[in-house]
Amino acid sequence: MSLDLIERAVRWWASVEAYIPGFLGAAWLAFQITLVIIALTWAFGLLAALGKISPYWWLRWPAGFYVWFIRGTPTLIQVFLFYFGLPQLGVRLSPFTAGALALGINGGAYVAEIIRGGLLAIPKGQMESALAIGLTPLQAMTRIILPQVFRIILPPLTNEAATTLKNTSLLSTITIMELTLHTQLAIAATYRPFDFYIIAAILYLIMTTALTQLAAWLERRYRVAY
Amino acid sequence: MSGSTILEVTDLTKAYGNHQVLSGVSLTLQAGEVVALIGASGSGKSTLLRCVNLLETPSGGTIRFQGDVVDWRRRPGLLRGYGHLTGLRTRIGMVFQQYNLWPHLTVLQNVIEGPIRVKRLGRHEAEARAESLLGRVGLIEKRHEYPSRLSGGQQQRVAIVRALAMEPQLMLFDEVTSALDPELVGEVLALMASLARDGMTMLVATHEIAFARDVSHRTIFLDSGRIAEEGPSKTMLAAPSELRTQQFLKRVLHHDLTTEASRT
Ligand SMILES: Nc1ncnc2c1ncn2[C@@H]1O[C@H](COP(=O)(O)OP(=O)(O)O)[C@@H](O)[C@H]1O
Ligand SMILES: [Mg+2]
Repeated sequence: MSLDLIERAVRWWASVEAYIPGFLGAAWLAFQITLVIIALTWAFGLLAALGKISPYWWLRWPAGFYVWFIRGTPTLIQVFLFYFGLPQLGVRLSPFTAGALALGINGGAYVAEIIRGGLLAIPKGQMESALAIGLTPLQAMTRIILPQVFRIILPPLTNEAATTLKNTSLLSTITIMELTLHTQLAIAATYRPFDFYIIAAILYLIMTTALTQLAAWLERRYRVAY
Repeated sequence: MSGSTILEVTDLTKAYGNHQVLSGVSLTLQAGEVVALIGASGSGKSTLLRCVNLLETPSGGTIRFQGDVVDWRRRPGLLRGYGHLTGLRTRIGMVFQQYNLWPHLTVLQNVIEGPIRVKRLGRHEAEARAESLLGRVGLIEKRHEYPSRLSGGQQQRVAIVRALAMEPQLMLFDEVTSALDPELVGEVLALMASLARDGMTMLVATHEIAFARDVSHRTIFLDSGRIAEEGPSKTMLAAPSELRTQQFLKRVLHHDLTTEASRT
């Protein structure tokens, strides 16, 4: 190990150290935005999944169209549609609202397919015994079916949450000062693209790893249960 | 009078598309009566039971339960309009071939779910009743176990308790021992026999001819969605008058004898 290398590393760190708090702040903001969007993806996903398996065509068709449209178009176009497109129709949303809605609706389509897969994995007899006891379909869903579904779909749901986190990077294009835009501004001021993109990448990596670790912990906890 | 009539089914039909599964079935159960429903696989036993508590919607016919006409034509809405279904199902217990216990809930939670959510019983009262029922079937020490830790026979007894906890006026059993290992069949049949002795009204689809003969008052033989023969269990099963009943009984009894022989 040459002393030279250590010395260079120390000097590199000294040169970026001052920027770290700014990056951490931006990463924290990205993480918070992600939590809001994940909640939205679950809500939209659950509604769309229930719509798709519903016996009513007037629920099935819109749900099917939603999933088809979202999964067949680029996420960036969807974000632009909400932020730049809607004002033309007189709907003016703040960058945060537009971005959260766009990514929430986007992720919801993928979550819907995950939940639908989980619902199909539950034996029919579970719903039937719930109805036979006298539970309403809604009670049967929330009390009997969905808790079992959640356990099955936790791993793919975690993947989707990590994707959501990475997608918040797209919100840099609509002026949200999350991690990616923060990085770009820092680079514009310093002309050190490699250093700062690496720092951003590492911060994203830490956050996605935290998410998957949390899910792994939840999975272990649930496995003990039954 | 119909004071003691629990269930009265008249000309019940059920078709899936143009596949006619039930072609005009009529039957009556008096309070305390135990009726066995026998017939080949695919003859419509499950469909008949499932039409009674409206897990399936009949295609035609009349169902009266405790004197009230069951309005199966009334379709519930998306979130509302379940009152008549809930009311009916609360009074009719059903036990399935595959137990269908809820695996994410403990034995006790399985049993109190209906009383708490449907009958709006307080948790303490629901648990007390559940525990007394579980005690009666010898499963009290399993109350905090998850179903996966129980044997098939224990699971099916819990499923029976779960239905009983709703204090039903009628119990439907759909081949509840068919999925069990042979050595576990006895404990479930014994529980059903004790329910029958206590005066529960029961409609029991089964392949257990001995159970039908010894426990049920009447037996109905279903053949391709029609009642081909019915009568007092002891006489009818000993000496069926219809050729198809004779053939069916010969088949299942022969099967019983061979499996019995291969077991010893
Ligand atoms: N959901 C369904 N769709 C179409 N056919 C069905 C359905 N359920 C049952 N059947 C048919 O109805 C007939 C009777 O079935 P079932 O009532 O389960 O008979 P059993 O319980 O006597 O074996 C069978 O031919 C079966 O294939
Ligand atoms: Mg059947």
